[in-house]
Amino acid sequence: MSTVIRPYGDETGDGAVQLSFTLPVAHGERARQAALALVRDMGFERIQIVHMKAMGTAHTFVIAYGATSHSVDLDTLEAPDRGHPELSYQEVNRLIQEKLKRRLVVVGACTGTDAHTVGLDAILSMKGFAGDKGLEYFPEIEVVNMGAQVTPDEIVSTTEKEAADAVLISQVVTQRDAHILHLKEVRDALVEAGQRDRLVLVGGGPRFDPAQAPELGYDRIFGRGTRPSEVASYLAWAVTEKMSE
Amino acid sequence: MKGPRPFHRPLGRLRIDTEALQECRALATEISGPIVELASTHSTVSIERATLRLGGVEGALEDGVETVPLANRVVEAVGAAAGLERGVAVPFFHTVESGCGDVRTEAERIARREVTPEWPEGVDLEIALERARGEAAAALRRIEAAREDRERTIERIGDAPKPWFYEIVATGNIYEDIPQAQAAAREGCDIIAVIRSTGQSLLDYVPSGATTEGFAGTFATQENFRLMRSALDEVSEELGRYIRLTNYASGLCMPEIAAMAAVERLDMMLNDCMYGIIFRDINMQRTFVDQHFSRMIHSLAGIIINTGEDNYLTTASAIEAAHTVLASQLLNERLALAAGLPSEQMGLGHAFEIDPEEGDQITLELAHAQLIRECFPDSLLKYMPPTKHMTGNIFQGFLYDGLFNLVGALTGQDIILLGMMSEGVHTPFLSDRDLALENARYVFAGASSLAGELAFAPDGAVERRAAQVLEETRQMLRKVADIGMFAAIEAGMFADTVRSRTGGKGSDGVFSKGRGYVNPVAEELEMKVGVR
Repeated sequence: MSTVIRPYGDETGDGAVQLSFTLPVAHGERARQAALALVRDMGFERIQIVHMKAMGTAHTFVIAYGATSHSVDLDTLEAPDRGHPELSYQEVNRLIQEKLKRRLVVVGACTGTDAHTVGLDAILSMKGFAGDKGLEYFPEIEVVNMGAQVTPDEIVSTTEKEAADAVLISQVVTQRDAHILHLKEVRDALVEAGQRDRLVLVGGGPRFDPAQAPELGYDRIFGRGTRPSEVASYLAWAVTEKMSE
Repeated sequence: MKGPRPFHRPLGRLRIDTEALQECRALATEISGPIVELASTHSTVSIERATLRLGGVEGALEDGVETVPLANRVVEAVGAAAGLERGVAVPFFHTVESGCGDVRTEAERIARREVTPEWPEGVDLEIALERARGEAAAALRRIEAAREDRERTIERIGDAPKPWFYEIVATGNIYEDIPQAQAAAREGCDIIAVIRSTGQSLLDYVPSGATTEGFAGTFATQENFRLMRSALDEVSEELGRYIRLTNYASGLCMPEIAAMAAVERLDMMLNDCMYGIIFRDINMQRTFVDQHFSRMIHSLAGIIINTGEDNYLTTASAIEAAHTVLASQLLNERLALAAGLPSEQMGLGHAFEIDPEEGDQITLELAHAQLIRECFPDSLLKYMPPTKHMTGNIFQGFLYDGLFNLVGALTGQDIILLGMMSEGVHTPFLSDRDLALENARYVFAGASSLAGELAFAPDGAVERRAAQVLEETRQMLRKVADIGMFAAIEAGMFADTVRSRTGGKGSDGVFSKGRGYVNPVAEELEMKVGVR
């Protein structure tokens, strides 16, 4: 069987695709011509503009169908990266229930001079971020939100007291790479207290690059736009993996 | 545009156990008692700052999101020098009167620590009191003038026919928000809500000036309020239909934002008695005290509050938690009445959030929506579209939104938040908004007289479900009344979230009023809105 495939409308190989988009052109023949030209340049044939509607005076909404001239050879695709699995809300709770057999405890804090808890609260609080509920929403996750300007020593003592499985450090506003320094201070304090190796340590904030994790000595770094569900999914996986090590 | 027949609220469609409803209201009154008592014996730093703002202490030494405003500086200075137990008004206006007499100049001098505010005695106290009362009276006259201005404007250019379609703008940049809001109004939207920057609710100050950067929303500042209201006035004139503006009187600065909104003639404010406690981990005493003051302001300003019960359904099963919506609405109603806010200025929230995989879920939604309509005949209802079960399947999502609109039309919901098929995918495209309006217009025009025709079978599925939710509400309110509201929140009875009485953010900003506490704004407000 051929491994070269095209989109399927109602017949193998027909390449049928539906598209919708808005052009910054007033509704009319000119908008139709523009839509046709654009869709043709995208590599479509047998194009039908099936719907056009004025969006105000200067824009036109278009729905179009076309047959793509492109195809994909499945055999040339690289195997997907096996980092950690993306778990759904139910899967996160179930994994913790089944493997950990108790609630997963996360201690979160902003450290250093940064008083911004925006990022921390977006990940931890019930409300969450961009329609994605925070870690507090997961019945199997217990959240200890320490807020802002928490010292590394306070983080270590809370981690010990709560027997935390994971520590989450957020940095939003930074000057002269203070965010990097602050994350390292927390890691050093945890190392000194002999806590670092038994827990999952993650950091995050808009200025971080996920590739920085090894140099910072963190298990994972989350960058701009991270959703709470990604963090929950990672923590459930990483903590239960650590357990079975 | 929305249909040939005038909007009306279908009432008397369900047989309701009126005794149960009366008991629920009596329980809500009983539960609210200690909260109203708390609000009358306590103040907060944000109430004191709102008092100063209304007295003319606006802005900061410089504009910007990071700059702490003058009102905060003055409250800190009074706290450090004279203590806050007797309020900031007297020490501040004493500084003004014994200084150059100008409010702004003396506030700046306090902020720069060039002068220390002190509690005056004797004739100085009399002079400070007189000035403080004069400024308070002038501020409340400004709020009343804004209200009259709104009423005159609506009379002159015409009100939007109901239901009011409600849309959100959230670019982070007020100068981007304005053309988007105007475009939405031209497309047929009646209410514009400017979503705030993520995290503003936890800022213990209100940023100043026009702002152009925010996280997933635009900062609520007085200047941003003024700019947007003025832009909507312009487009209201053009369209011959008054476009309402909404923002959020919530978070740690609830009273101040209420005061800013009142002066700048915003029309609606999100204002919930428990939202901050449950969903933002704001201290419960802070929230309860702040909401009371802010609602008195909203009452005087003619601002319609919108409550946040829809949030309960986004975090719990919309079937199992249906009664928590009604229970919370009854508490919100009682606390609003206690702050002098009439039923006509309440926009009570709920949502269409039942899992579409549940059998008969449209019938259940209809029962919930009609029950709430029957329970609050004089209040506005703000109906929120599905969010929790919206997936990347935009086609199915568009259908959910259509059925949400239908249930809204059949039950006479006053405020319809337009559902976006791309909910949970990205912030709405221009086309998403237009399609949402097309969907809503089609359903509301197509079913405009259906609500008036509809009756539910006695003891049928809708009536039975409504009765069940009302009974569960009564049981819940009985339990809350048994242990008291504070203990109920501590026990996680709302949204399964446990919050402690002294925990949460902003608890250090609450204080009990000492002997001789003076707040001329609160005193005059209490008189004007009739809570004294």
